[in-house]
Amino acid sequence: MTTSLRDEAGPFFGEFGGRFMPESLIAALDELDEAYQLAKLDPEFHRELAELGRSYTGRPSILTEVPRFATHAGGARIILKREDLNHTGSHKINNVLGQALLAKRIGKHRLIAETGAGQHGVATATAAALFGMECVVYMGEVDTERQALNVARMRLLGAEVIPVTSGTRTLKDALNEAFRDWVANVESTHYLLGTVAGPHPFPVMVRDFVKVIGEEARQQVIDLTGSLPDAVTACVGGGSNAIGIFHAFLDDTSVGLYGYEAAGHGVDTLEHAATITMGRPGVLHGSRSLMLQDEDGQTLDSHSISAGLDYPGVGPEHAWLSSIGRASYRPVTDAAAMAAFRLLCTTEGIIPAIESAHALAGTIELGKELGPDATILVSLSGRGDKDVETAGRYFDVLDEQGNAVL
Amino acid sequence: MTSTVQNSPVAGAIAAANTQRAGALVGYLPVGFPTLDESIDAAVALVENGVDVIELGLPYSDPVMDGPVIQAATVQALKNGVRLHDAFTAVERIRSRVDAPVLLMTYWNPVLQYGIDRFADDLVSAGGAGLITPDLTVDSGADWLATSDRTGLDRVFLAAPTSTDERLKLAIDSSRGFVYTVSTMGITGARADLDAAARTLVGRLRAQGGESLCVGIGISTADQIAEILSYADGAIVGSALVKALADGGVDAVGRLAAELSVGAGR
Repeated sequence: MTTSLRDEAGPFFGEFGGRFMPESLIAALDELDEAYQLAKLDPEFHRELAELGRSYTGRPSILTEVPRFATHAGGARIILKREDLNHTGSHKINNVLGQALLAKRIGKHRLIAETGAGQHGVATATAAALFGMECVVYMGEVDTERQALNVARMRLLGAEVIPVTSGTRTLKDALNEAFRDWVANVESTHYLLGTVAGPHPFPVMVRDFVKVIGEEARQQVIDLTGSLPDAVTACVGGGSNAIGIFHAFLDDTSVGLYGYEAAGHGVDTLEHAATITMGRPGVLHGSRSLMLQDEDGQTLDSHSISAGLDYPGVGPEHAWLSSIGRASYRPVTDAAAMAAFRLLCTTEGIIPAIESAHALAGTIELGKELGPDATILVSLSGRGDKDVETAGRYFDVLDEQGNAVL
Repeated sequence: MTSTVQNSPVAGAIAAANTQRAGALVGYLPVGFPTLDESIDAAVALVENGVDVIELGLPYSDPVMDGPVIQAATVQALKNGVRLHDAFTAVERIRSRVDAPVLLMTYWNPVLQYGIDRFADDLVSAGGAGLITPDLTVDSGADWLATSDRTGLDRVFLAAPTSTDERLKLAIDSSRGFVYTVSTMGITGARADLDAAARTLVGRLRAQGGESLCVGIGISTADQIAEILSYADGAIVGSALVKALADGGVDAVGRLAAELSVGAGR
């Protein structure tokens, strides 16, 4: 009998995962798990989800080969999986539509979500509008400032955005507030968690909703090149786009899997979000995984120029894939990510999300390592419209007030 | 007799309070707020003013069960530089001054990082009674069940209005000291009206053979305590005491404890 790395069904992935949550939420987690197990076996659920993917998200997303960019990456053949072209601008919509359909099935009419960059919040607000549900999005106050455009988008879509002022006022605190809301409103509310972290069944369920990315891409790359890629790359914050593109390749032992974490100002400083590179095992937000923490187990502040990667934890399946050596995780600094951001803009006419630019920066180095014969598939998880202000200031095309520098 | 009340000083104190008065009063305060010394003085003041069992909170960076009052206090404690080992110091110094059992309330990661066995041994050495674990349920807590059995420490698990009967039974069978009966669906913080959920949940726990049932979350007045103790064995007050300590210092928290203990029949 052969075992497949794709068969992991939780609650644990090796020593990682589980369910470390207040008793008040256990019934809701059990209800969600049962509903998900039933939905998984229901062809009607899959049909409905696939139809939404086709007629709403824009699936399948295309591949784009980027030869001009690739000349800066050792001449390797580089192919982007264009999740940035999805409705709402990132891979997040895949998970959101799956969970929103599930929420409808279990009779919840209110969706709550946490968001960092705002992409998951926008996707959740979108699904709430589509399904006629109430929507509340928790967003760290720091992030509402650096992602003001996405705050406006969520409000235009009819969602209430609540700036979180507790703790470090970033993504991890937005998760805390969402859990607190859920504890108080669990009867009416589904917590639409935006990544492959959190208590069981979230890591498994979210993975299943995003694995379509890699399943499509695997066949598309074979159709395009006649063989599997040598490597697949993605950025990793919580890890949803990475697991989404990795999962279809887990049993393809010839395919290297590379996750790129935000190294902020550098992993030799205290200002980074490189959880797998620098973290230790611990429990955060309901599961055991790797995390950035001090000696006493207090969560450390993370830093990244990218709000979507600015998280001191990571999904348990990634911690496991790292522990068994199936995937490699490497740090990418703010500076390297921004250089890759600009390079993709000017060589290919594609403005990536700063999150995805971390994968691009890692791919440049990986291409040099693997050489010109290699084919690398990159998850371009999101588009950079939301980041124009941040990038504009970074590259001095906008001034501090956000006006054009002429 | 359930395992909840066997060989437990906390269960003993709760039983004694129920024999002598309307029931037990459990008071929560975080370690290191506003300072380590004042948090110790405040806990002592609670006991001197009628609190039967002390619940000392370990400040944690991501307290998902706590409302704004306790969050603000624990953030302040962490900013002041409070460390895990300060909890053992606090337990030891409180126990040297007053005779009431002291439980630590802690989220699970700090215990994991300190080492479960090392944490338990140091708590025993300090004279602590056991742990309340808001984010560790029985079914995820095999290591802690083993360590608490080895050391004889109390282990307080939570029961919620949404818990199934099967899970209530699990909490009853696995808890020692008391069962933390969550009054309402929500996080810590004072509420004007406690809904009927607490009474219903205590009834469900009793039907499963539950003993030593203490109700917590949202309780801030002597009248609420009196009402709860008409059907439960103990009432837990947290945010209201923390607020009194924040606003008026050790004297104020002592005065509030004295007022609240009237509700417990003192």
